[in-house]
Amino acid sequence: MGNRKRGRYLLLCGVILSLAIAAAGLCLGNRMLTPLQLFDILRGRGESVNRSILLYARLPRTLAALSAGAALAVSGAVLQNVMANRLASPGVIGVNAGAGLGVTLCCAAGVLSGIRVSCAAFAGSLITVLLIFIFSRRTNASRTTVILGGVALNSILNALRESVAVLDTEAAMLGMDFRVGGFSAVSYSRLLPAVLLILCTLAVLFTFCNELDVVTLGDETALGVGLPVGKYRMLFLVLSALLSGAAVSFAGLLGFVGLIVPHFVRRLAGNESRILLPLCALAGAGFVTFCDTASRLLFAPYEMPVGIIMSVIGGPVFLLLLLRYRGGHRYD
Amino acid sequence: MIEAKDVRAGYGKEEILHGISLRARKGEITTLIGGNGSGKSTLLRAICGFIPLTGGDIAVDGVSVKDMPRTELARKIAYLPQGKNVPDISAGRMVLHGRFPYLNYPRKYSKEDYEIAGKAMEEMGIGAFAEKQMSELSGGMRQKVYIAMALAQQAPVIVMDEPTTYLDMEQQLKFVRMAGRLSESGKTIILVLHDIPLALKISHRIAAVKDGRVIKCASGEEILESGVIGRLYGVDVKSVQTDAGCQYYYEIE
Repeated sequence: MGNRKRGRYLLLCGVILSLAIAAAGLCLGNRMLTPLQLFDILRGRGESVNRSILLYARLPRTLAALSAGAALAVSGAVLQNVMANRLASPGVIGVNAGAGLGVTLCCAAGVLSGIRVSCAAFAGSLITVLLIFIFSRRTNASRTTVILGGVALNSILNALRESVAVLDTEAAMLGMDFRVGGFSAVSYSRLLPAVLLILCTLAVLFTFCNELDVVTLGDETALGVGLPVGKYRMLFLVLSALLSGAAVSFAGLLGFVGLIVPHFVRRLAGNESRILLPLCALAGAGFVTFCDTASRLLFAPYEMPVGIIMSVIGGPVFLLLLLRYRGGHRYD
Repeated sequence: MIEAKDVRAGYGKEEILHGISLRARKGEITTLIGGNGSGKSTLLRAICGFIPLTGGDIAVDGVSVKDMPRTELARKIAYLPQGKNVPDISAGRMVLHGRFPYLNYPRKYSKEDYEIAGKAMEEMGIGAFAEKQMSELSGGMRQKVYIAMALAQQAPVIVMDEPTTYLDMEQQLKFVRMAGRLSESGKTIILVLHDIPLALKISHRIAAVKDGRVIKCASGEEILESGVIGRLYGVDVKSVQTDAGCQYYYEIE
């Protein structure tokens, strides 16, 4: 099968699978809903108890899982391309931690929801990305050094966030759910501005797929075909920070998804951004929603934080992938 | 036509080009020769507008590269770099990115772009490898993909930094013929070559570069007679007449 045909086929499969997982997330729970009941409620009918459960508990939660998964997976893929390093992801190099610090400081200042939380998360992630970028350019550091620098920054930012949480009662309210990531306390007021931001950023990124590919060709080749590499690299870093910042503002510090989903998708569909980015969005959305549904159902009536479920399911799958394709990336 | 006048440029505070002047005419192959670190690649980068000029000017068909937007410059000059990345994309997609300067809203390649890229691949004999990943290709194959990418750019000026590196003898000969065809079709070709007999054979003009200056720019015959090659490399290149015309060689002791 040709690359283009295969890409379209994978995208179609991704859409169907993500929709099915989202529908399952909406239907499954302590009170089970049939697809017919779900359809009725979405059309404005159905029992009022079912309506309340769906519209005020499951729908925002599923929307949050879909958006956070899509945002973090695409953010990871973009970071990997721009930094020319497959180890880069918002969770590993401190971008999520920067966003987390921003949200914690915002809560410490007494702001717990709305656009200001998203802005604080974005500011935190953007500052982290810029610090890493400046560090790599100024020191001409190798790919591994950049990642190690990011890991160190991640540790520092997490320590700062924990310190603020210990010293401030408002910030301490963020609690465990924020530290490992989760959607149990998500509200429309915190979710909607972030989702809007994510959708707009994804739309811009999908338009600039060719530019993202050309950035990966190397500075001179990219300049040679007319791309002002420096400007576009900065643009992609800002867009990537926007995605992770927006996701962290309502989902907390969900690690891992920004690393494993792009890797998984690259194995399936290759590295061309026009297929990679949309497929990462679909796979990330599906994976996080699936893990969130599992976190609600597996130990019901108790709920496991989704971050833990993601690590338990994603970790072994990722290891299997690495073992199966070992030696595949000779030039990494 | 490319005209460089008294060009000064470098990296950071270090000046590499100390007032270079060069004229590369339409329909001709102009080759830069010189030792490692003499400033040949830096001159090519300056011509392509990759590094800022600290003095002098470079004009493409009378328009200064300083005044040209990057996309416009990419439509005028196609550049084949010396050190090449191995991007994680297919060869076909790589060549297609040669059409990047012509990309318009909605930022998608047109059917025409695909056709032009396909033709460039066929010309380089790599049409069958379009679906292969760059990392799966040999060094020579990758070089051909890069050359095909430069051809797909359809620029009137083609600048190539050591294009015959990694190519086997057969492919080098194919490259020579292709460069000849391109110059005959009216393109301005600027090359950096370390294979001096090859440079003498295919070039209309040769510029000898030493310590950031052009010490002689003339036809191959004049360069050979002037003894400038001996001054650059400490080796004398000789010529011999055969049925296939004048051939060049150097003796290895």
